[in-house]
Amino acid sequence: MPDLIHATGLVKRYGKVTALAGLDLAVSEGTVLGVLGPNGAGKTTAVSILATLISPDAGSALVAGADVVRAPRDVRRKIGLSGQFAAVDEHLTGFENLDMIGRLYHLGRHRARSRATELLEQFDLVEAGGRPVKTYSGGMRRRLDLAGALVADPPVLFLDEPTTGLDPHSRRQLWEVIRRMVGSGTTVLLTTQYMEEADQLADRVLVIDHGKAIAEGTPDELKRLVGAERIEVTLAAGAAVSHAREVLGRFAVGEQQVDERARTVVTPIAGGGAEALMQALRALDQGQVSVQDVGLRRPTLDDVFLTLTGHAAEPTEPEEDAT
Amino acid sequence: MSAMLNAVSDAATIAKRNVIKIKRVPEVLVFVLLSPIMFVLLFAYVFGDSIAIPGGSYREFLIAGIFAQTVVFGSIFTGAGLAEDIQKGIMNRFRSLPMSRSALLVGRTMSDVVYNVASLAIMALTGLVVGWRIDTGVLPAIGGFALLLLFAYAFSWVMALVGLMVPSVEVINNASFMVTMPLTFVANTFVPAENLPPVLRTFALWNPVSAVTQATRELFGNIPPGTPDPVVWPLQHPVLYTLIWAAAIIAVFAPLAVHRYRTIQRA
Repeated sequence: MPDLIHATGLVKRYGKVTALAGLDLAVSEGTVLGVLGPNGAGKTTAVSILATLISPDAGSALVAGADVVRAPRDVRRKIGLSGQFAAVDEHLTGFENLDMIGRLYHLGRHRARSRATELLEQFDLVEAGGRPVKTYSGGMRRRLDLAGALVADPPVLFLDEPTTGLDPHSRRQLWEVIRRMVGSGTTVLLTTQYMEEADQLADRVLVIDHGKAIAEGTPDELKRLVGAERIEVTLAAGAAVSHAREVLGRFAVGEQQVDERARTVVTPIAGGGAEALMQALRALDQGQVSVQDVGLRRPTLDDVFLTLTGHAAEPTEPEEDAT
Repeated sequence: MSAMLNAVSDAATIAKRNVIKIKRVPEVLVFVLLSPIMFVLLFAYVFGDSIAIPGGSYREFLIAGIFAQTVVFGSIFTGAGLAEDIQKGIMNRFRSLPMSRSALLVGRTMSDVVYNVASLAIMALTGLVVGWRIDTGVLPAIGGFALLLLFAYAFSWVMALVGLMVPSVEVINNASFMVTMPLTFVANTFVPAENLPPVLRTFALWNPVSAVTQATRELFGNIPPGTPDPVVWPLQHPVLYTLIWAAAIIAVFAPLAVHRYRTIQRA
């Protein structure tokens, strides 16, 4: 499969702040690349360059065969963009928004209208389609925004943090929609702050930090690196943290995190969480480690970052606050 | 040719979007219409008797000035509309589409003419109520309104550029008043320019807003007989001078604004 998105050495600076420090990425046709990183890692900057919104200070990129700097117009004909801030006009109705976008893709009056109707059906917005968008919920706006990116049925889609700020229910709904879309062969670059989202939607994941790639692989490969789930144990006062760490160590697939002061031990495990949790509790009991609290949780972005870089994924620059 | 057609149809699509917004948020239009009424009444009754116009009445003199000032103020909508599009993120949607690079700006400046048409209509009515009259005929009157709208349209390109450069909508109002207040007050809009102190007087005499006002007064027949001829060329040929300015403003600011639109580097 050829790469429909291919970027080499992308650099972007804003004054003294380096948003991208030589980013390479490639997405082959019909696959989904998840770009995972904290706020300020350069995700939005990368998408903005690939979608021709801004120009790189160095490096080059081809999208659907067209150069983003030399032939931006050709790129725009082939892409759909949906951003983290729902970029729909809140005074227009859902239908009017999609119809307008269709006209601006030069689909023609008739096709723009029928496409708008189709998409409203597909995105479960038929009833809301005649109402101004400002009456929509956050999840509905995101769905409309996503529908806007699909108006021209583009071969390449950029989804910049499509579910950031949504409640879990809307997030799941949107994942469903994205999965259906991807099933039809669209090439997608998706940025996210959520490990789980990348896991759910992406064929491959690129982890970036400070404008550079720090890891790449399939979600399974990444999980092998950081664990699928973690057992989080808080010990009762007086219990020996190092002892608990040892006991839990045999379940670990990656590095354990220990906090002496909070008396917590976090152990990444391979999978089959509930089973592993029971075994771990039994082992702790046999080892006479008294436990105050215990739980199972999925790895967060912080876990990924702690494992890969040794530092937490704290926001580093205000650049992603794209206004 | 097809690129040209696309540019026109894209601009029309954007203009339609903006007009829909005027319909959906009528409060904006209400305030657009209320403030000129207030201006007409304030100036007519507060300054009405204290500013003497040789051979005529201040209210006759005033109306053309208020018309000119209000349509120049109207350009703020262009800047605010664009700044809002940036702030809300929809600008990036437009910039990612294969639409014409001038369409968002042409569509915006075109649809903002609606505000000025509405405010001119309401001001004319208010003017008639306080005693202003058109003493010429239908054609010159139409010419007067057309000239006001044309100059306002040109000036909205200045604010389009400003709107694309400010960091937020909040800044645009203050930024634009810095330009529009001196431009519309240091002119013959509310007092005869000849009465101003020397430096201001020179500025006022060459100020295009003075020419628009002078041209409008002539076309409406609001210049009392026996008024001495203007002392400078711009005010002797106010229609021509206004047309030159309108063309020059568009020729300079439209390309600058489009360039700015193309190259905004905000992610």
